[in-house]
Amino acid sequence: MSVLIKNARILDPAAGTDAVGCLGLRKGHIDYRGIRAPKAAYDEVIEAKGLWLMPGIIDLCARMREPGHTQKATMRSEARAALAAGITAVCLPPDTRPVIDNTAVVNRVNRIAKAAAGTYVYMLGALTKGLEGQALSEMSALKQAGCVGVGNGLAPVANTLIARRALEYASSLGITVHVVPLDPSLANGGCAHEGAVATRLGLTSIPVSAETVAMRQWISLVEDTGARIHFGRLSSARGVELLQSAQRRGLPVTADVAAHQLFLTDADLEGFNAMAHVIPPLRQAQDRDALRAALKSGVIGAICSDHQPHEADAKINPFPLTEPGISALETLLPLSLRLVQDGVLTPLQAVARLSLAPARVLGIERGSLAAGVAADLVLVDPSAAWKLNPADLLSRGRNTPFAGADFKGRALRTWLGA
Amino acid sequence: MSDNLQIGRDGRLRHLLTMEGLPRKLLLQILDQAEHYAADRRAEGAHGDKKHPLLHGKTVVNLFFEASTRTRTTFELAAKRLAADVINLQVSASSTSKGETLLDTLKTLEAMQVDMFVIRHEASGAAHFFAQHAAPGVAILNAGDGRHAHPTQALLDMFTIRRHKPDFSKLSVAIVGDALHSRVARSDIHALRILGAKDVRLVAPRPLVPTGIEHLGVKVFNELEAGLDGVDVVILLRLQTERMLGAFLPSTGEFHRDFGLTRERLARLKPDVLVMHPGPINRGVEIEGDVAYGERSVILEQVAHGVAVRMAVMAMILGEAA
Repeated sequence: MSVLIKNARILDPAAGTDAVGCLGLRKGHIDYRGIRAPKAAYDEVIEAKGLWLMPGIIDLCARMREPGHTQKATMRSEARAALAAGITAVCLPPDTRPVIDNTAVVNRVNRIAKAAAGTYVYMLGALTKGLEGQALSEMSALKQAGCVGVGNGLAPVANTLIARRALEYASSLGITVHVVPLDPSLANGGCAHEGAVATRLGLTSIPVSAETVAMRQWISLVEDTGARIHFGRLSSARGVELLQSAQRRGLPVTADVAAHQLFLTDADLEGFNAMAHVIPPLRQAQDRDALRAALKSGVIGAICSDHQPHEADAKINPFPLTEPGISALETLLPLSLRLVQDGVLTPLQAVARLSLAPARVLGIERGSLAAGVAADLVLVDPSAAWKLNPADLLSRGRNTPFAGADFKGRALRTWLGA
Repeated sequence: MSDNLQIGRDGRLRHLLTMEGLPRKLLLQILDQAEHYAADRRAEGAHGDKKHPLLHGKTVVNLFFEASTRTRTTFELAAKRLAADVINLQVSASSTSKGETLLDTLKTLEAMQVDMFVIRHEASGAAHFFAQHAAPGVAILNAGDGRHAHPTQALLDMFTIRRHKPDFSKLSVAIVGDALHSRVARSDIHALRILGAKDVRLVAPRPLVPTGIEHLGVKVFNELEAGLDGVDVVILLRLQTERMLGAFLPSTGEFHRDFGLTRERLARLKPDVLVMHPGPINRGVEIEGDVAYGERSVILEQVAHGVAVRMAVMAMILGEAA
C-alpha cells in the first residue's frame, strides 16, 4: 500500500521545517518529500490542503493496564485508542503486574503488544527489583531485552545509597533513569496540592516540597555520578526552577509534563471532583504558568499523557478513596493543539514536544519526517471543532476531567511505519 | 457547587453537607427553629415528652462509618422527638472494603424507603458523594466527613454563642488547637464568617495550622496569649493525642503548657468570655478539668443544644414547608 499526501503543512521538528509540501510513503517508509507532487504512482492520493502532517506522537508515559489490571483496560483497547489519537509509540512505566524487572516480563509485554496490533509499545525496566527500592534490577539484561530506560514508577527509592548506586550502574550501561520526583514522607499519602483548596475541602495534602526535595536529592546524585536522568510529570514552578538551574550547570537532566498539568489547577477539585484526582497533584495557576513557560523555552522538553484508564468504580467513591489518574491518550494531541491556539507554542514547537523530544529521551530513531525513515505519521485537522463525550472515547477508561470540553483539532489518520 | 447541591432551586435546604456557602438567612432560620424546640423543651421541664410529629412516617438512618456515641445519640434523639422512625447502623470500614462499595451500601439502604441518611465517614467529601448519588427526595445530613465539615456542630456552636452574645458583629472568637485535622474548626469558621463575626482567630502551633487557612477569613496566631487577647469566645478543639505524639507535637504536656486553657489563663480574659469545646475533652491537655465545668464554660449547654439544632435541620429538610 502506498500513499501520497499532497499539499499538507508538513511539520518536521528534526529538520526544523514548517512548510506546505507533498509526502509519499511506500512499504512503511517515507519515499518522497517535496514541494510538488512526484511523478510516481501511488495507490492512494490524499489532498491535504489545510491539514497538518507531523511525525507520530511518542507518549513518554502511558499505562495500558496489561499485564495485571485488565479490569481497567487492555493492551488492545488502549493501543488502538492511542493509534487513533495520533500516538504511534507509547512508553510503559515498569509498574505493571508483574513488575517489569526481568526479561521474561519484557518478552511477555512485547507479545501482548504485538498481538494488540496498535501503537508501538516501548517500556521502562524497573530500577530496583520489584520496585521495592532495595536491590538493583538486572538492568543490563533489561536493556538487552529492549527496555528504553529504567525507573521506579511512583515507588520511592528510600535508601539514597541504593539510589546512587542504581544511577552509577545505569549510567555505566548508558541507560537513562526516569524519575517521578515525589518524596514519600512529604507526600504522606496525600491526595491534593497543599493550599487553600485542600484546606477548605479537608483533603490530605502534598506540598510542593515533596517534588523539590526529591528533585534536589536526585540532582545531587547526578552531580556525583554524571548519570542521565529524566524527570517525569513535573508539577510545580519551584520544580521548574530546579530543573532549569541543573540544566544551566550542564547536568544531563531532562523532563516532561503531563498535558493536564498545563490546563488544570487545584481549583478544578472544587465539589470533590474525583476526575481531577491525579498524582502528582494539580497545583496552582502560577505553577501551571511556569510549566507552560518552561515548555515553551524547552527546559521541559516533552508533553506526555500520563494515561491512566480506570474502570468506572475506581472513581465512584469519596474523593480521597478514588484512584488517581486520567484517561488521557485521546486528549494529548487536542490539549497540545490548544497550547498552540492559546499562543503558548508554535505549531512546530508543539510537534517537537510531542515527537522528536520524547524520541530523544528514549534514544529511539523516531520523530522525523526525512525521506527514507520509517513512516510514523499523523495527519491532523487543526480546525475540526468537537466536544469530548466520554462515551465516545476508544480507551476503556472514561475517566476524564475534560468531559464536555470543546476542542479544536484532532488526528484524522495515523500511519505506523515499518 | 457545594451550595447548589445542598440548596434546591426553590431555595430550600435539600441536604446539609457544609456550612460553606450556606445563605445567612437560611442559617438564621435554622437557629430560630432550634430556639423554638429548645424553648418548648424548657417549658415542659426535663421530663416533658412533647413530640413534634413533623416527621411522622419518615425514616431516618444514622449511617456511621466512624465510631461515635455522642453525636449519633443526639441525632437519634432529634429524629425521635420529631416522631420519625430511626435506624442506627454502625458500619465498620472493613465491611465496605469486602467488595461492597459505599455506593452499594447507599443504594441497598435506599431501597428500604429511607427519607434521610445521617452520615459520618472518615473520608472528606463523603457527604457530598452520597448527596450526588442519592435518589431524588432522599436527603443527606452530614454528621462529619473527614477533616472537611461538621455542619450541625457548627450550628449548635452558633446557637450556643447567640444565646449569650446575640450580636455577632461585635464578637471576637478564638479557635484553639488542632485545626489541621478538625472538621469542626472549618465549619465553625465558615459559620462565624457567614454570621458576620468581627474577628475570627485560629490559635495553634504551626504543625497544626492548615496551609492557606487564612483564605477562609481567619487570623492565625502561634501563641496563646496574643491569640486570646480581648476575645469574647474561646472554642477549644480536641487534640487527637494518639495521632499527635511525636509527629506533630513533642508531648501533650508541652501542648498544655503552651496552649492549654488553665484557670490562671482564664482569669486574664474578659470576665464574660465563653469557653466552648465540641467534646469529648482531654482533661489536662487542651483544658484544665475545673475550667471545663467552671462558670465560664458552656460545654454542657453545647451538648444540650445539639438535639434542638438537629431537630431544626431535620424538620427544615424533611418537614412540610416550615
